[in-house]
Amino acid sequence: MTTREHDGAMHALTIAELSRKLRAHEFSSEELTRALLARIERHNEPLNAFLTVTEDSALAAARAADKRLAAGDAGPVTGVPIAHKDIFCTDGVRTSCGSRILDNFVAPYDATVVARLKGAGTVMLGKCNMDEFAMGSSNETSYYGPVANPWDRTRVPGGSSGGSAAAVAARLLPAATGTDTGGSIRQPAALTGITGLKPTYGRVSRYGMIAFASSLDQAGVLTRSVEDAALLLETIAGFDPADSTSVDEPVPPYSMLLEQPLAGVKIGLLKEFFDKGLDAANAACVRAALDVCRKLGAQLREVSLPNLPLSVPTYYVVAPAECSSNLSRFDGVRFGYRCKDPKDLTDLYKRSRGEGFGAEVKRRIMTGTYVLSAGYYDAYYLKAQKVRALINDDFRRAFRDVDVLIGPTTPTPAFAIGAKVDDPITMYLNDIYTIGANLAGLPALSVPCGFVGGLPVGLQIIGPHFSEARILNVGHLYQRETDWHRRVPPGYE
Amino acid sequence: MSTLTRKEVEAIAHLARLAITEAEMPVYVKSLSSILTFVEQLNAADTGAVEPMAHPLAGQVQRLRPDVVTEVDRHEKYQENAPQVEGALYLVPKVIE
Repeated sequence: MTTREHDGAMHALTIAELSRKLRAHEFSSEELTRALLARIERHNEPLNAFLTVTEDSALAAARAADKRLAAGDAGPVTGVPIAHKDIFCTDGVRTSCGSRILDNFVAPYDATVVARLKGAGTVMLGKCNMDEFAMGSSNETSYYGPVANPWDRTRVPGGSSGGSAAAVAARLLPAATGTDTGGSIRQPAALTGITGLKPTYGRVSRYGMIAFASSLDQAGVLTRSVEDAALLLETIAGFDPADSTSVDEPVPPYSMLLEQPLAGVKIGLLKEFFDKGLDAANAACVRAALDVCRKLGAQLREVSLPNLPLSVPTYYVVAPAECSSNLSRFDGVRFGYRCKDPKDLTDLYKRSRGEGFGAEVKRRIMTGTYVLSAGYYDAYYLKAQKVRALINDDFRRAFRDVDVLIGPTTPTPAFAIGAKVDDPITMYLNDIYTIGANLAGLPALSVPCGFVGGLPVGLQIIGPHFSEARILNVGHLYQRETDWHRRVPPGYE
Repeated sequence: MSTLTRKEVEAIAHLARLAITEAEMPVYVKSLSSILTFVEQLNAADTGAVEPMAHPLAGQVQRLRPDVVTEVDRHEKYQENAPQVEGALYLVPKVIE
């Protein structure tokens, strides 16, 4: 077959498939890269998924990857195009974090995740849109405007990794990185019909990832299959002395552990997730997925985590508190936006931050400032940290009886752009099923499990600390039995 | 039900070094009040003897490393992102008269 004949279909392939074809020299990384850059050029404008396209450096990286492929010096992801959420520092490339305050910021170094993917020979095509500082569940807080969901462009793709999710779902490229502080990988993956993995806290380095809430933030990936998530995780995971919370644990060969049979695996059905807030049609998709797991030999039982319903209020104390501290570094002095004609230093700080940050970021900084302030610290922040411990204990107890927990990723499919922007609480409740895993630092995966009204629905698989191999295994075997993850949004075939 | 006054929100904004415009202020008074009311659900949880949790992985200790220089001086590259510099210094409005 000639490369011409492949051009129409390269964008539809997964990383695993691309890897095989690149090694078989069916097409080159440069041909693949050119085809995807052309696809981004054609489709990006209405989606608004990319903030920056790095065409020249992508072609140079592709040619370097082709040399490695020719020399037989290629790893499993060499020559594979990817993109980074614009929260990851990329040496010499604008890193905006979706904010006006970093609109002119060119990162002077690579985040560890970026460096590891670069070292493995992946080809960065650009940087993806996101909620400002990863604070949002709909990608509507970005300074650069909302991202559209490829399944219905009047709807949100979820957030905060919304640009990454939309780009992968629209087949603009096979995978993108993301970060997950309260659901920011899993929720957009669910709403766009793709696979999203948030690893265990400490599994992947946070170095060079712009901090939002440091005890919750974790880097991960958005892909079109669980197998691809495994391939990327084994590339980015592992100890990094530059991140003081990075854990020095060996990295298993995740992609080799996907086929373990499910016979005897105990799956807990999260009782609190099937609450009155869960859309009935979403629930039906999740229950059908559980039947698939049962047929694969897994044992199902209901599990109750009584404190889990408090995860959203816990999060909206802990995360803003940490954000108010982390975002104090944006002061208009060393980098980023500075207001015009400051009359003194306080005015410089206040106006640079007031003009540089968007509405939601300011809301969270102020919430955090309040809950940490003298007289309120015990009542709010300390209380939330104690409830966090209760939620963590609930998970620990549950994992004594079951290997993984399963439930929905989101309460409803994607909602309309603009529908929830005026009510922060309604927006925050989108993350009701995802926040628990962040509070407890657990790995969690979202895989597509059906459609409601033409919109994708996600199934969430949560495991104990460092059980990525197991949750990927469950997700992979589920994807072998189903084809929800292969469905393509109309117009993006 | 928690209600913040405009004065309280102005004080928070000052602590956070955020200039809030006239138009933004009523929006924040309302939304910050509703967020505080929302998080007051936490009071329902019995946390009497519970140790607060600051970090998701138990038993992690702060690692130490040998006290040797690992960074090279790259201030010129870093200062390319600064709004105003002179020599190796970052410039701000005069602080001391």
